[in-house]
Order: sequence, then structure tokens, then C-alpha cells
Amino acid sequence: MTSFFQNLGMNYEAAWFTATIAGILLIALPLMLAVALIIYAERKLWAAFALRRGPNVVGPFGILQSFADGLKVFLQETIIPSASNRGLFLIAPIITFTVALMAWAVIPFADGVVLSNINVGLLYILAISSLGVYGVVIAGWASNSKYPFYSAMRAAAQMISYEVSIGFILICVVLWAGTFNVGGIIEGQRSHVFGFINAYALNPLLFPIAVMFLISSMAETARAPFDLTEAESELVAGYQTEYSSMAFALFWLGEYANVLLMCALNAILFWGGYLPPVDWAPLYVVPGIIWFFAKILLMFFIFAWVKATVPRYRYDQLMRLGWKVFLPISLFWVFLVSGYLMFTGHFA
Amino acid sequence: MIQLVSFYVFASIVIASAAMVIFARNPVHSVLWLIVAFFNAAGLMVLIGAEFIAMLLVIVYVGAVAVLFLFVVMMLDIDFAELRAGFIKNVPLGLLLAIVLVAELVLGIGAYQAGAVKLGTAAVGVASISATVPNIEAVGALLYSKYVFLFETAGLILLVAMVGAIVLTHRRSHGTRGQSISSQVQRRPQDATRNVNQPSGQGVEL
Repeated sequence: MTSFFQNLGMNYEAAWFTATIAGILLIALPLMLAVALIIYAERKLWAAFALRRGPNVVGPFGILQSFADGLKVFLQETIIPSASNRGLFLIAPIITFTVALMAWAVIPFADGVVLSNINVGLLYILAISSLGVYGVVIAGWASNSKYPFYSAMRAAAQMISYEVSIGFILICVVLWAGTFNVGGIIEGQRSHVFGFINAYALNPLLFPIAVMFLISSMAETARAPFDLTEAESELVAGYQTEYSSMAFALFWLGEYANVLLMCALNAILFWGGYLPPVDWAPLYVVPGIIWFFAKILLMFFIFAWVKATVPRYRYDQLMRLGWKVFLPISLFWVFLVSGYLMFTGHFA
Repeated sequence: MIQLVSFYVFASIVIASAAMVIFARNPVHSVLWLIVAFFNAAGLMVLIGAEFIAMLLVIVYVGAVAVLFLFVVMMLDIDFAELRAGFIKNVPLGLLLAIVLVAELVLGIGAYQAGAVKLGTAAVGVASISATVPNIEAVGALLYSKYVFLFETAGLILLVAMVGAIVLTHRRSHGTRGQSISSQVQRRPQDATRNVNQPSGQGVEL
């Protein structure tokens, strides 16, 4: 895109700057639209699981429901509790929202279509997703209220616990791909299994960690069945208890942008990203971005399915799963994968 | 131009937020300013092309260490009046520390002006790393060849520290009941229930 702006007569630096800003807008604005529609889709899915109708009043099939909700919260009064820490109280939702958008910078939407093609793309995603906890923790503390504070403590412990095993899972994938570059990882999956399937997940050695990554990503985004940070039977609404209007909406949007990001990560790391499912020439006629979105939507369907059907974990069970089950297994799998790759001379 | 502007933006924010760590009255604000400082330091690292170190700085310090800091500081119930009362008492010690630090800084910069220090030589058998190699590979190539024993020693020290921390803090509590996951998973409906075809008008034998 930089060369496009250079052709318009800008010098390189100005062109690069404009191209980057344009790229950010090109990702962030459709993402917001996608979040609004995905909330609608999820509500329809839950409704279907519970044999209800779901939103069906605003617009055709209720498709404008999210926009109506957005307008509603926009017109509401922002209530800031008098005992709260005013500045941090308002910064917290902004942090959640911004961090949820930042990680998309290194996600390739099709072959070469990526805002920032950096060598350490996967580490960047890990770094940015580890920042996500600050929004929740700061919100819980700044509210100066008991339930949000409990929720913040839970969120901090939960996200740190699952990041450890996610780190080990990513190492397995990186070992196999031989690069931290996100595009390189996708290209490494081209005809990976039996010479024609474009997915790490169907590799027998990597399939168990693909499942573990899916579960860990639910825990990392604090989605059901791991949504203990907003367990309404124990903590009212968790860290969002004191929030209203736009501040609340920013949390909501950030949460769903994070869920979409985790779906995208699942699709990229284990299901071949923008590649078609099998390496067969006619399938490449369909643009890569369509395959990528289809995979994200499939992952999102699984997320919604789990949320609609699985009951919430107890907190000690959550911690047990993270530290006593996932951590040893993923650590063992790093040994297994690296041993296998050394044995078969993958690195030669 | 862009590099220069971003360098000054990152550098001034690092210094300003580092100052705010000290000047903030509320310890939670101090930790948050510290996080801002870490984050912008990572930005500086990216500017000099050390993207791997930058990401590690964010993952390790911002993502893990500072969260635990925040975790602890938030749970402390701090009396600010009492904190400030000790100020006069600790001034001499603080001044001494500040003087030592300034002296070291001056000494370091002065010595550097005299010429760069030569610490060790390039390893025999390790090819010099070209600028085109991603620095994650460059670090790995050095770490697992020339410095492999130092690297493993560091790992061993961390392991010992971890085991030590667990040994020191782990207390086996008596009288609490744990959950036996395997026995719960293996439990079947037949173990706890039975079907009875009960004629009406009679009680059930339990």
C-alpha cells in the first residue's frame, strides 16, 4: 500500500505513514462491524440452542439489534461512583478495547495481506494478549467495590495461569513451523498432513495440543465455561458491576474483539489460516480471506456452542485444570514434538 | 524522521513515567506508571532493531511480573499518613543511595567516553551474525552454542529457586478435604442410585 501512496506523489516516509494509518482503519472499522454482527449471531445461536427466537424485532431478522443496543448505551448517562478512582475507572475500558484491537496488526488476512509482517509476530500476539488483563484488573480496583475487586483478582490469576500453557503450546507449533512469523506458520501448513491437508491440527502429534489450545483460549478470554470473572451468581456482574453506558460498551466490544482474535489464532495456528482445507488447485480459486473468515466463524460457532451447553467451572477446578493438567501435558508435548523433530531430522 | 520522532516520544515517556513512579502518592499508581515505563522501553528496543528483547520485555515484565506486583500492591491496605511519617528518618539513607547511583552513572559514562570496553572475544567456531538474520535466531545461535553452559546454569538456578519457594511456603493443612477428581469421574449412576419397581401402598427399603 505504501507504493500506492508513493505513486500519488508523496515521499516514502509520508506514504508509509499514510499507508499505515489507512491500514489500521481498514482493520479496525470492519472489525467493529464484525463484532456487532457476531454478537447478533451469537445471540441467535444461543437462542437456537435454547429453542428460543432470539433478537427478531429490530431490522430484518433482528440483524440491527446490536446497533440499536449500541445507540442505547451511547445515549445513556455515564455513572462514575463517587468513591471510585475517577481517572483509572475511565482508562480501564479504553485499555481493554485498545489492546483487543492491537493484536490484529500481525494477523494475515490473505497471502501477504497483513498490516505488519514482523519476524516475532507470534510473540507480539502473546505480549499483547498478556496486556489484556490490565483492563480488568484496573477496572476492578478503580471501582472501589468488593465484587469487582474479587473479579479482578480472579481474572489476574486465571489469565496468568493459562498463558503459561498457551506459551508451551505455541512453542510446539513454532518448532514445527521453524518461525515466529505468523505468515510463515501458515505457509508451513501447506500440504502438511498426508501431503494434501493444510492444517497442523490433523497432524496426530499436534491434534491434542490443538484441542488444548482451543480450551485455553476460552479460559484466556474468560469465556464460558471459564467466565468466573463475571459469574453472576457469585459476583453480581464481576468487574463490570459499577460500569454503565459507553464505558460498559467498550468492555463488551473489547471482549468480543478478543474472542474473535482467539478464534483467528486457532484458525491460523492449527487450521491453516487463509489456506483452503486441502491442497487442491480448484479450491484456490476462492480468495484466501474467505477461507480465513470461514474458519474464524467455525471456531466462533464452537465457542458459542460451548457457552450454550457447558456449565461453569468452579474456581479451584479451573486452577487445577490450568496448572495440574494443561501445564504438565503441554510441557511434555514440547519434549515430544522437539524429540520427534530431532529424531526425524526435521531441522537438518 | 519518523524514527527520530518516535525515539523522542518513547524516550521522554520512559523518563517521565519513571519519575512518576517515584512521585505518585498512591502505590497502585506507581506500579501502573512502572508498566508505562516498561512498555515504552520495549518501544525503544524495537527502534534499535532488537524486536525479540522488546517482546520478551513486554511478555515477562509487563505481562507477568507487573501483574503480580499489582496483585500484591492492590491487596495491601496502606496508610499514606504513616508512610510519609517515616520520610525524615529515611532521608540520610536515601540521599546516600542517590549519591552512590549518580557517582556510578558519572563513572560509567566517563569510562565509556575513554573508549569501549573489550569483554571477551568472538567465539571460535561461531560465525559472526549478519544483520539480515532475525535476531531471535541470532540470540538462539549464540545462546545454544557459546553460552550453553551459562544458559543451563541460569535455568538450574531458577529451578532451585522455584523448588525453594515451594518448600518454604507449602504447608500441608490438616482437616481440609480435597477433591478426588478420578473417583468422581469414575462414579456411575449405578453406584449411587437403583431402580425399584415398587408396588403401591408399600414403603421402600433403603
